[in-house]
Amino acid sequence: MAYFDAASTEPLHPQAREALIEALDAGWADPARLYGPARRARMLLEQARAEVAEVIGARPDEVSFTASGTQAVHLGVLGALLGRRRAGRRLVVSAVEHSAVLHAAALHERDGGTVETVGVNRAGAVDPAAFGAAAGAEGTALACLQSANHEVGTLQPVAEAAAACAEAGVPLLVDAAQTVGRAPVPADWSVLAASAHKWGGPAGVGVLAVRKGVRWRSPLPEDDRERRRVPGFENVPAIIAAAVALRAVAADAARESARLSALVDRIRSEVPRTVPDVEVIGDPVARAPHIVTFSCLYVDGEALLTELDRAGFAVSSGSSCTASTLRPSHVLEAMGVLTHGNLRVSLPRGASAADVDRFLAALPDMVKRIREDAGMQP
Amino acid sequence: MTAGQTTAEGAGQPPALTIDALGKKCPIPIIMLAQQINDVPREAIVSVLADDPAAFTDIPAWCRLKSHHHVASHELPSGGWAIHVRRNY
Repeated sequence: MAYFDAASTEPLHPQAREALIEALDAGWADPARLYGPARRARMLLEQARAEVAEVIGARPDEVSFTASGTQAVHLGVLGALLGRRRAGRRLVVSAVEHSAVLHAAALHERDGGTVETVGVNRAGAVDPAAFGAAAGAEGTALACLQSANHEVGTLQPVAEAAAACAEAGVPLLVDAAQTVGRAPVPADWSVLAASAHKWGGPAGVGVLAVRKGVRWRSPLPEDDRERRRVPGFENVPAIIAAAVALRAVAADAARESARLSALVDRIRSEVPRTVPDVEVIGDPVARAPHIVTFSCLYVDGEALLTELDRAGFAVSSGSSCTASTLRPSHVLEAMGVLTHGNLRVSLPRGASAADVDRFLAALPDMVKRIREDAGMQP
Repeated sequence: MTAGQTTAEGAGQPPALTIDALGKKCPIPIIMLAQQINDVPREAIVSVLADDPAAFTDIPAWCRLKSHHHVASHELPSGGWAIHVRRNY
């Protein structure tokens, strides 16, 4: 099986697997207690925190571990809104944020707050001036912008957005789930969210970082864990493994990202050459290194996923027929691009050029067959 | 709700052909449009009736890719849209 769905989850890094097994024995005790095994668990937890903090450009005391990336986003958004309630109840988000951000925004709206959604261009990026103007409007408590889009890979102008937010005195939450461990983390975030299983750590570990001085209050019942930011007993072994994975992938990120990016370039140029009526989506240059998305006219996305699975390729799709909601991806809709026949190929670290070539060789016939079955003659 | 690409060009012109794709999932409404657009003269309007939400995004996108013109998308009282496309060539 050629696994090309890293944007959903990256396979566990071998060093993380080793660290996890060791940590199950070394880090099982309650890090809040004062006896030997507890002190050891706490030491390992704090070491992991320091390592993650270094990679994301934070101080260790700014970093909390959550139960998932989604929980990090929910707590980041709702906690920053609560902390800034006196400034106003206006939340600004881009139209292509992850559903974790948009669902938190919907909750805020149901709770009487307001949400302004900033649209994107055909490539999927916000206009920094429009985003800055929205963030600068009276009563804005928080603005949210992802580092890179999870479906099309397009990078967002985070630095410009952050400058505009700083000028307006509005905190910026950056959802960096797709880029931590693959690309440098934008420096000027106020709140940062990330997810360990996207960088090769185990599932069940998210990262919530809140810059010192940024007002934040937990939207959940009080709890002492993780500097009172995240309720519940920490999953110390998984956190240790996540930190080990991050250190390993960050050390190799520049080289591996360049290699994957070249493979993505090959897919971006080859697919339109060998498959007629294809729209390759997202910014060709300002993009995450590992994600490429395209839509094939007249093709049922679900049929294409099934054929690819049968041929040994694991990919995903933003087409409505593949979603439980039967709605097309909000990202593709916001971009105004073709939503049916959509495929997202996202390369995990170590993805081989041979597998990519095999995919490129198999795709044209599959698309042709599905179109013929649907009555579309070439 | 009307789509962003809507322009006045061709607006008000009655459709020369109506394709009923109500209840059909994408890509079927687009396939029906692609198969039938050449049945109308150049500059004439085809109206696609569709209620799959994907059609609302995808028919304007198809027009852009195929260099036809998306005139407007009119909401239908019974749900869905009448999506008007002008044959350009």
